[in-house]
Order: sequence, then structure tokens, then C-alpha cells
Amino acid sequence: MSANIATPPAASPGSALWRLSRAEFRLYLRDRVGPIWGVGFPLLLLIIFGNIPSFNHAKHVYGGLTELDIYVPVLVAFSLAILSLTALPSTLAGYREKGVLRRLETTPIGPARVLGAQLAVNLVTALVTLVVFLAVAKLAFDVVLPKQFGGFVLAWVLAAAQLMAIGLFIAAVTPTRSAAQAIGTVLFFPMMFFAGLWLPIEQMPSILRTISHDTPLGAAVRALKDASGGHFPPTASLLIMVGYAVVFGVAAARWFRWE
Amino acid sequence: MPAVIEVRNLRKTYGETVAVDDVSFTVQDGEIFGILGPNGAGKTTTVECIEGLRAPDGGTISVLGLDPRRDRAELTQTLGVQLQHSEVPEKLQVAEALELYSSFYRSPADWRTLMEVLGLADKAKTRYGKLSGGQKQRLSIALALVGRPKVAMLDELTTGLDPQARRDTWQLMEDVRSRGVTMVLVTHFMEEAERLCDRVALIDAGRVVAVDTPAGLAEKAHVEQRIQFRPSVEMDLDLLADLPDVTGVTRRDGLVFVTGNNNALNAVTSVLARNHIVAEHLRVEQANLEDAFVELTGRRISGR
Ligand SMILES: Nc1ncnc2c1ncn2[C@@H]1O[C@H](COP(=O)(O)OP(=O)(O)O)[C@@H](O)[C@H]1O
Ligand SMILES: [Mg+2]
Repeated sequence: MSANIATPPAASPGSALWRLSRAEFRLYLRDRVGPIWGVGFPLLLLIIFGNIPSFNHAKHVYGGLTELDIYVPVLVAFSLAILSLTALPSTLAGYREKGVLRRLETTPIGPARVLGAQLAVNLVTALVTLVVFLAVAKLAFDVVLPKQFGGFVLAWVLAAAQLMAIGLFIAAVTPTRSAAQAIGTVLFFPMMFFAGLWLPIEQMPSILRTISHDTPLGAAVRALKDASGGHFPPTASLLIMVGYAVVFGVAAARWFRWE
Repeated sequence: MPAVIEVRNLRKTYGETVAVDDVSFTVQDGEIFGILGPNGAGKTTTVECIEGLRAPDGGTISVLGLDPRRDRAELTQTLGVQLQHSEVPEKLQVAEALELYSSFYRSPADWRTLMEVLGLADKAKTRYGKLSGGQKQRLSIALALVGRPKVAMLDELTTGLDPQARRDTWQLMEDVRSRGVTMVLVTHFMEEAERLCDRVALIDAGRVVAVDTPAGLAEKAHVEQRIQFRPSVEMDLDLLADLPDVTGVTRRDGLVFVTGNNNALNAVTSVLARNHIVAEHLRVEQANLEDAFVELTGRRISGR
């Protein structure tokens, strides 16, 4: 056996991150949580909302937009939130609980690439979801595509960054997969409320609307909506998202533990 | 030749608990070095300090001339590790795990060959979560070896395996050693240490009690030889009791039990021969590591 084992195969250097991301992506699909809740569920909601006749009438309160136009950015944020607040932290915390992270810690792979692979998997999923989502909204329900496209992309990138940072923070401070899941879920509902999932932000009483603008998902939806409507996203919303990304990103890096 | 691993006055505490009090030993190139001791003795903590996973509170460690904490990145390339408690993701397949881990190293082993050598080839497409305990253990060994390490650290390698799987694993370890891999084997099975290890450190309560070859340790313990047999004819026990090398003789159920020093067996057999007595069902119990441990610490290794 000695001769055979000693033969190094042709491994291309720098492929570790790529292979890890690929493996993680496979596991992600096998696990089904991210794909079903982060991709399938928002899409299902879009299809349901799209089939409600009243959702397709332009309304004065929405500045001539339909209810569905209003909900598209909300559902985009919804998908990002599920992936970042539920899928990401429960995977990482579960890995820590089971000793998967410790096992990786003994290899040359290094912490940055382990986290990088997780982020890559969730970002790619989120991006694919966004594209599919907008395509379905446009083709099936004739929702107008974002008119300020650059602003929309910027808002989406910042929204993803802040939510993933919050997700990493949850993963950093929770000891187990179930604890991470619980915290993620508990955070998810109020955050989605302020994103206007149940009551569009435009219809909220002014005090709630003010709060909403300062929450991660409220700021995200506001920025995405403005960009959809053809305006560059409000600076305040963008800065709020940058703030959440930095604060939670730093805190996550500070408190992250491998065991 | 410089030692592959050098541990000097290692100390590690967890709050109030002193896990490792004062541990020193060296591991030579190409040997299988055993760390043997009861649960909670500080074995895992010791090897995790050597692996650079834990920061010692005192003492120095050098592995292949590297400092496990400072030179971690370099060390991970040449040190293969099997942790006592760790897993790969439940839904990762055996071949996927091996291929993935091999991509982490500069000059890895051929993971397909390794998979075959470890008898996992027919499980290539099986998910980790569906493997038996023995198969998981073998995958864990494969992952520890896939980077073609110079040194392998294996913690509780065969705990939880059935006897057959345990013997297979021992065979495998001997094969690995023959490739020149230096191994540190943590165990609380004396039989394992006796079978595999060139030298053993006995650890108790965070301290090294003794370091020697398994035979040397047993000798050091001055444990008595125990001889038992069924004499072919009725015999006078005083014949044996009068021997200087014998310390005790008793008879029970037609069997004669003799204790004495290392020479007792010689003395007893020549007396029997002179008196034309055949010793039927002769059994001699040699002092083993367990006896040595009891002798040196007053406690047993296994919780019996
Ligand atoms: N992470 C930890 N935190 C606190 N105490 C620990 C930790 N790991 C081990 N210990 C304690 O340190 C002692 C030595 O443990 P360990 O090194 O695991 O022993 P062994 O491997 O010989 O069974 C035990 O008393 C154990 O309870
Ligand atoms: Mg242990």
C-alpha cells in the first residue's frame, strides 16, 4: 500500500475553497431547508399573491402601483432573511455542535475559507432566487422590473451583507443548532413585520413606519422599493444597512468560536 | 536524531480544574507512542495542546521543530489528527469527504487508494450519517492520513468498536507505521497499548507516572507471576512453598495456585519434573500494563 498512498494526485492549488463551497452547496441541497424555505416559499407566496385579483389593481396609496408591485421587494427581502437568519446560522451552529468545525480546524483549510464557503453558498442561492423571482414576477404577473437597476442591485447587495452579518452573529453566540434556529426564528417574525409582510409599510401608522425604516429589513425593503419605482435608494436606508453589516460583522468575528 | 515531538512541563487548567498538571515526554521518529490512562487523566487535553487546538497554561511543546500555536498553519500540513469527538457533516458521502479533505493539503495521498486500503470502497457513496461505528472510525483514520502526515495523532482510536473491528484497526495501524509515520495513540485499553506501542506514557491525574516500553513498565511494577495448574497426582504443597522464588501456594478445587517472582515458573516446573508430576492445564499470568498501572498509582485504568 505504501507506494500507492504516497503517490500525490494532480490537485490544482487554490482549489480548496472551491471544493469546500461545492461540497457545502451539495449538502445545502440535500438538507433542503434553505432551498424550500429560502427559495420555494417566497416563490410560492409570489404565485399566490399574483393570483389574487385585487393585488393586481393599481392603487392610489401605493402611488399607482399594484399590491403585487409592493410585495415583490418584500418577498425578495423575505428570501434573503430566511437564508441569512435561519439557514446560515443553523448550519454553522450545527457544525460546531457536532464537532465538524473542530475537525476542519485540524486541517490547513483555515477559518476564513470555512466561513467563506458558507457565505458563498447562501449568496449564490440568494442570487439565483432573485433572478428566478424577478423573472416569474415579470413573465407571469407582469410586475415591472426595477427601473433603477443599479440602485436595486446596490440595495440588494447591502441587504444581503447586513443579513448575513446578523446570521453569522447568531451563529457566533449560540451554542447549538436548535438554539440558533430558535433565535433566528424569533428574530425573523418581528423583522419581517417591519419589512411589511403583513401590513405594507405605506399603511403602517407613522410611529411603526419610523421604526421600520431603522430596522434591517425595513431599510432593505424601503431601498429595494424606491429602486423598483425608479428612484435611487434613500441614503439613510443604505447607511443603516452598512451600519448593521459592520456592527454585526465585527461582533461575529469577535465572538466566533470553533467549539 | 532529534525527537519528533517534545513536550516539557505541560500544564493546562480549565478554571478550577487542573486537566494537565505536569506532563513531559518525547516521541521518536517512526515509533508508535502510547498515552495510556484512565478517563479524565488529561490524555485528550495533552494531545490537543500538541495539535495546537488548545493553548497551554505552562510548559513548551515542539512538533517537528514547530510551535503548535505559533506555526499552526505549517503544522496542519504535516500533522494528521483524529479527534475523540468530531464528525463530518451527516449528509456528506465517504468519497466526497475524502476528496474534499485531500484538497486541503499541499501534497495529499491518493484518496481513492486510501479508501480502498481502509475497506471503505464499497461505501464510497454512503453518507456519513449512515455508516456504522467502525466505518465512521475508519473514515476518521482515513481523513487523518489523507494529507500524508509525518505524524498522526489518534485519540481513542478503537473505543466503541467491536473486537473484530478493533483488531482490524490495529493491523491497519501497523501498516501505517511501516510507512514511517510516527504515531501518538491515546487509549484507555491496555491491550491496545501492549499490542501496538513501542513506548507508553502512563498518565494519571494530569501527571506522567512512567514512560517505558510495555514490557519495561510491567517489569518496573515488580508484579508477581501467577501460576496455576492441576497436578497429575496428589502433591505436597510444601514442596513448592519452600522455594525461595515462591511467595504463596494455595489449593482450590483441585487446582494449585502459586505466586512468586519472575523466576517462580522455572523453579516450580523443575520441582514438578523432579517429582514426576505433570502440570495439567498450566496457566501463567504475566504482569501486564494494567498491573503496572495499579502498582504505580494504586488505581485501575479501566473502570472495573
Ligand atoms: N473543555 C473543557 N472544559 C472544562 N474541563 C474540561 C474540558 N475538557 C476536559 N476537561 C476536564 O479535564 C480533565 C481531563 O480531561 P481529558 O483531557 O479529556 O481526559 P482524558 O482524555 O484522559 O479522558 C477532566 O477532568 C475533564 O473533565
Ligand atoms: Mg479523552
